[in-house]
Amino acid sequence: MTAFRKSSSGRKAFVIFNYMVLIGAALACLLPIVNILAISFSSSSAVGSGAVRLWPVGFNVDSYKYVLGKPEFITSFLISVKRVLVGVPLNMLLTICIAYPLSKDKAQFKWRSLYVWFFIMTMLFSGGLIPWYMTIKATGLIDSFWALILPGAVPIFNVILLLNFFRSLPKEIEEAAVIDGANVWTALWKIAVPLSAPAIATLVLFCIVTHWNSWFEGLMLMNNPDNYPLQSYLQTVIVNRDMTLATSADWRSMMNISDRTTKAAQVFVATVPVLLVYPFLQKYFAEGIVLGSVKG
Amino acid sequence: MIKLKFRNEHIFHLLLLPGVILVLIYNYIPMAGIVMAFKRFSPSKGMFGSPWAGWDHFVYMLSMPNIYQVLWNTIFISAMKIIALAVVPVVFALLLNEVKNRLIKRSVQTIVYFPHFLSWIILGGIFIDILSPSEGIVNRLLQSIGIEPVYFLGDKSWFPFTLVGTEIWKEFGYGMIVYLAALAGVDPSLYESAVMDGAGRWKQTLHITLPNLVPMMVLMTILSLGNVLNAGFDQVFNLYSPQVYVSGDIIDTLVYRIGVQDAQYEVATAVGLFKSVVSLLLLSGSYALAYRYTDYRIF
Repeated sequence: MTAFRKSSSGRKAFVIFNYMVLIGAALACLLPIVNILAISFSSSSAVGSGAVRLWPVGFNVDSYKYVLGKPEFITSFLISVKRVLVGVPLNMLLTICIAYPLSKDKAQFKWRSLYVWFFIMTMLFSGGLIPWYMTIKATGLIDSFWALILPGAVPIFNVILLLNFFRSLPKEIEEAAVIDGANVWTALWKIAVPLSAPAIATLVLFCIVTHWNSWFEGLMLMNNPDNYPLQSYLQTVIVNRDMTLATSADWRSMMNISDRTTKAAQVFVATVPVLLVYPFLQKYFAEGIVLGSVKG
Repeated sequence: MIKLKFRNEHIFHLLLLPGVILVLIYNYIPMAGIVMAFKRFSPSKGMFGSPWAGWDHFVYMLSMPNIYQVLWNTIFISAMKIIALAVVPVVFALLLNEVKNRLIKRSVQTIVYFPHFLSWIILGGIFIDILSPSEGIVNRLLQSIGIEPVYFLGDKSWFPFTLVGTEIWKEFGYGMIVYLAALAGVDPSLYESAVMDGAGRWKQTLHITLPNLVPMMVLMTILSLGNVLNAGFDQVFNLYSPQVYVSGDIIDTLVYRIGVQDAQYEVATAVGLFKSVVSLLLLSGSYALAYRYTDYRIF
């Protein structure tokens, strides 16, 4: 504060302006979410009359009772949880097993370039929507839980991040271990992986968020809506505006809820898991993505 | 220097095998599936067994009345996003860099990064509510200061700008990270000598901070050029509606409607193939440029 008092008046004006802009930007990011949260806890009449801004009016939890009592919501929520629990370990196992050999130089692994191009090619070119769908259909995964896991099991971008991280590790440690007789397997799991813990933590969190947020596969690959993960289910009830709750009369019996309050409640429940991993995510990701994007 | 080699190189192949198989099936077979664009598809014969149709589907594609509009929309929307996301994150990184109070700096960062991690389903739910012309809080606030309600998502002249605005809202914080990292890497002695030469804060920003950010700006912009035809399927699909197709329909949403809703598989594949080929050229070009001018390599 003393530094502030000593600074010139132009500098003071700038500092005040700067704080206003930055706090304004932070509020712009935060307030829409707060508004939706307030709507989810408000009575339908208050929401309808436009009285709700940042604090609930006519506080009640009926929308949440309704949403959490809906079997479709619970089923799809559990499918998403299962998807994270199965999909993330598989993503990570494959990422590590691919990134490690590709982090070796040509003298150690002479097929490296061929494999790297094999994987990079998939980032440069894709067959598009219809061939992708037809292929998955041909492998018999339509309406199967594994359709959400196997086609996206190899996250190429994460492989490249980890590959670059492995390459930045000091080579001497591994060389010393090899001289002592360590084989590839030991070098990978006892040296490279433990030394890369921060990068691996980042990727785990990225994978969790990716699995939790993805909705298109569910929508495309599941014919039966009972198999939808949460975000696909929410796509059909929140975003797709011709399928509103108004078709079912059961919610009208509850005075306090409306289409808007229940949508807001569902949006918030689906955000909670992201909020839970966010503190961990934020601890690591800056390091992780900077590593990936500025690697020279 | 001794060249150290593992005794058994073939274990590398073994480690790679499961990944290679999955990528072959789910990435390479679909790549080969582009032959659909040249076939007359019959479900009983499959992607590869159906009879050939030559260039018919491409001729049809070029005769579609909306194809040029959709191509223009795609380029227009993503060009605006690229420009906005080249400028806004840099400005905020510079502003944040001037903040000395660690608590405020940290809190602002925590809040502005967060929207990046929400899906466009969640954000669709939020924006459809708050931007609603009759009930949304944004229009209620506009009305309270005497401005007529704006149909952000339903008016065809507003829609592309709503897309750009909401994209900035979601991504500017995340885009800032690389610039903050670049700022942290600036040699402090540069500032010290500038102060000795009598440079004020503004001069320091202009002559030290900004030049240090330019290589990163160039790199990020070059890399984003490869994605010009990706105008953001998730976002557009969850925010658009038939009344804004004229200004908001993009290649990916068109492919979805032709392929999934109209079940014209071959035409959808043809449009998708056109996009993939152009994207391949743009991506290769942008990586080549990035390599040439900034020494950037992806691996």
